[in-house]
Amino acid sequence: MVSLIIQRMLQLLLLLVGISFLVFMSMHIAPGDPASIIGGPTASESDLEAIREDLGLNEPVLVQYIDYMKGVFQGNLGFSYQNNQSVTEAIITRFPNTLNLAVASMIVAVIIGVAAGIISAIKQNSWFDVSSTTFALAGISIPNFWLGTMLILLFSVTLKWLPVGGLSAPFYTIEGMKQLILPAITLGTASAAMIARMARSTMLEVIRADYIRTAKAKGVKQKSVIWIHALRNAMIPVITVIGVNFGALLGGTIITEQVFAINGVGRLMIDAIAARDFPVVQGTVLLVAALFVIVNLIVDIIYALIDPRISYD
Amino acid sequence: MEQLLQVNNLVTQFRTAEDNLTAVRGISFSVNKGETLCIVGESGCGKSITSLSLMGLLPSNGSISSGSIKLNDEELTSKTEEELRRLRGNKMSMIFQEPMTALNPVFTIGYQLREPLMIHRNMSKREADVKALDLLNQVGIPDPKKRLKQYPHELSGGMRQRVMIAMALACKPSLLIADEPTTALDVTIQAQILDLIDDLKQELDMGVIFVTHDMGVVAEIADRVMVMYAGEVVEVGEVEEVFNAPKHPYTKGLLASVPNVDDEFHQLESISGSLPNINEKIDGCRFHKRCPLATDQCREQSPPIFSVSETHQSKCWLQQEVTENDKSTATS
Repeated sequence: MVSLIIQRMLQLLLLLVGISFLVFMSMHIAPGDPASIIGGPTASESDLEAIREDLGLNEPVLVQYIDYMKGVFQGNLGFSYQNNQSVTEAIITRFPNTLNLAVASMIVAVIIGVAAGIISAIKQNSWFDVSSTTFALAGISIPNFWLGTMLILLFSVTLKWLPVGGLSAPFYTIEGMKQLILPAITLGTASAAMIARMARSTMLEVIRADYIRTAKAKGVKQKSVIWIHALRNAMIPVITVIGVNFGALLGGTIITEQVFAINGVGRLMIDAIAARDFPVVQGTVLLVAALFVIVNLIVDIIYALIDPRISYD
Repeated sequence: MEQLLQVNNLVTQFRTAEDNLTAVRGISFSVNKGETLCIVGESGCGKSITSLSLMGLLPSNGSISSGSIKLNDEELTSKTEEELRRLRGNKMSMIFQEPMTALNPVFTIGYQLREPLMIHRNMSKREADVKALDLLNQVGIPDPKKRLKQYPHELSGGMRQRVMIAMALACKPSLLIADEPTTALDVTIQAQILDLIDDLKQELDMGVIFVTHDMGVVAEIADRVMVMYAGEVVEVGEVEEVFNAPKHPYTKGLLASVPNVDDEFHQLESISGSLPNINEKIDGCRFHKRCPLATDQCREQSPPIFSVSETHQSKCWLQQEVTENDKSTATS
């Protein structure tokens, strides 16, 4: 297990170097000059030149990249072009909002997805199964900016039950939970749908397995057959889907944060891209990539806990 | 001998999108305490479905449409699912063909062995652990203490089948149904498992239904044999009677298709044709299309069951002549 973690951390390091290089290069190749955005429309050519000189943008791109990476390895992600705030600080102040949103969405997705998938499977072809698979298909197909807007229209504007947006209160307060509900549903629906489909199909396979018949032949109660003997086996592929979705959720917060005016890493990234604020874009992309790898590492560790046939030693 | 199981006119059907398929067509048989009945026949003849019907473990689209099953004089067909569950693993147990997949891969051997004991005997986890250790010893598993903590994938096929047997016998059932338990195993392991089942049968005075298509296995362990063909019982009798003087052409064919290494001139024969499809409509005897001796009567009328002796029956028109000749010689 320890060797797995060390191996993954080394992979993560390589991955981050690769990603930072790609992002760095694509930001520099893309049109748009940070200096003209910082200087504004009235800045003269000499002003712009001074700004470029100041930010080190006149150096060759490769030199700029190596300078940047030197900083990264010393724990310094650079400073924002827009307000000179440290990138690390900008991320730290916004990351809790994004994490709250992602975790809340995942909780929604796992509870709804796993329960719906399993009930669908054990009551195959019932009205519940038919409606749940239909909802799952819809859930995957609906774009979340549209879903978010509709939820706001219904629950916030028309019914006035929930706030329109923002995430100011801590998640453990009633106010915080109220603020989280709609964004969590918006972001979690697609994942819930994917988890439900996976849970249904693996459960259908598992309940026909020989060992389930053995359990019944022993006189195990139907409930225990499903929720103990079958569930643990069915969870193995479902965990994979949950892991991949959680990674995607962290990226997916970009749109949801925008729709619900949540001050998170996703919005930070969007604003930075618009302003050609290279250090902030780099920092946020690296964060999302690192989280993706870490979540998948956690998934692999959970595998070994659920399935005794998997061992990393 | 005391009768343990009595099956009468059992009919098992499967619902499909188009039709109801009949897999078991009104079969009757019985098993006594301490007796091994072997059910033989080709794949698809209904022998596994018969055993699943007895256990109440038919797939969800299958059901017993008529007939009666009595275990210790208790009617099973009228029992609710919950009542059947209380009998399964307790009064009647089953072991399956594939030891590799029949154990749950994510639970320890100990967990799976404790289950029937905790369910049917209300044992605590600790009591069940002690009993599980006993059971593993009883089925001849070396180092049982270590095995309790292991997972199925850490055991060989033979070991897993021993674990299955230990699980099935945990609550000392009066009936054990073994559905081809040795088919997936090496020949040497096969013999050990057969011996084990036979020993335990005597120890517990169980009735055993042993489903197989291997005539060699039948010769080794059966007290009585029941031959099934296309959902029907075609011949039943004590093993010596059926092996020495088979009456039904299908049984003769099955016996002729067993290789014989002692006789170097032995000609291996096969039964021509193949088992009819489950939904095929057949007039007359269900075997007539493959029967070398079929007459017009066979093609038109389904034969009843004729007695060869008190213990031996055959469902074949040819037997009628013999029976009638016997009668006429007896009366004259």
